[in-house]
Amino acid sequence: MAEITTLHYLVVAAALFVLGVIGVLTRRNVVIVLMSIELILNAVNLNLVAFSRMWGNLHGQLFAIFIVVDAAAEAAVGLGILIAFFRNKETINVDEIDLLKW
Amino acid sequence: MNSGLNSAINAGMAPVATPWFFYALAGVAVVSGVLVITRRNAVHSALALIVTLLAVSGLYLMLYAPFVAGVQIIVYAGGIMVLFLFVIMLVNIERSSKERTFNRMWPAGLAAACALLALFVSAIAKGKALFPDRMMMLPESSNTQQIAAMLYGEAGKMGQYTFAFEIASLLLLVAILGAVIMTKKKI
Repeated sequence: MAEITTLHYLVVAAALFVLGVIGVLTRRNVVIVLMSIELILNAVNLNLVAFSRMWGNLHGQLFAIFIVVDAAAEAAVGLGILIAFFRNKETINVDEIDLLKW
Repeated sequence: MNSGLNSAINAGMAPVATPWFFYALAGVAVVSGVLVITRRNAVHSALALIVTLLAVSGLYLMLYAPFVAGVQIIVYAGGIMVLFLFVIMLVNIERSSKERTFNRMWPAGLAAACALLALFVSAIAKGKALFPDRMMMLPESSNTQQIAAMLYGEAGKMGQYTFAFEIASLLLLVAILGAVIMTKKKI
């Protein structure tokens, strides 16, 4: 079987990214929208680590670690907003978050 | 800096991970990714996402990034997903299991995602020739050490990413404060 190259990893990452985008755009549950964002960030991380190996240096892995930090911060703030919203409106559906819509 | 180590590793041993590992891990990651976005129950989605994260961390191991793989398991699967499960338990309402899973605009969203997929496919197909056939071998045993040298610096000097590292800690502090303040009933 052929050797695994950077391209293989890029294809997997592209698939995960598109799955995440589908989740963000079509689901109603905000928790699952946030999980889809995690999926997208993972796809980006996979790309960065694959490129890190392609170039033979560690900068891509460093970037991946910083993105994990970002993902943690984003999840904490996003879920905090979600709890505050749930307390006010008793719902977690995206299409009922329409206060700024007219 | 890496070329000497690379040739040493290339001469020394054949990689343990075969292409089958890659296909198995990639298949698990993509299938459970599909489960994440299709399950009605948010807890099932979270469990599928944990499987995806573990499979991706296996892929990191195949890419000679053991430290990133460990961070992935500890921070993502161990930390962030616990946060998600807690929030699911806090906000899980009975009626959400009987409602529509997808929003009203789902055909438009799916079309946009398909357009994005077409973009990726064409970009990968066009740029195929630009990627080298062989991948570099990164030194696996000193991976964590090298990352530490880049993050914290070595021999008394600041590393390349020391400043970014400190900014990241500030970002985490701000995120923690933001999360606590937003979830308080009365500020």
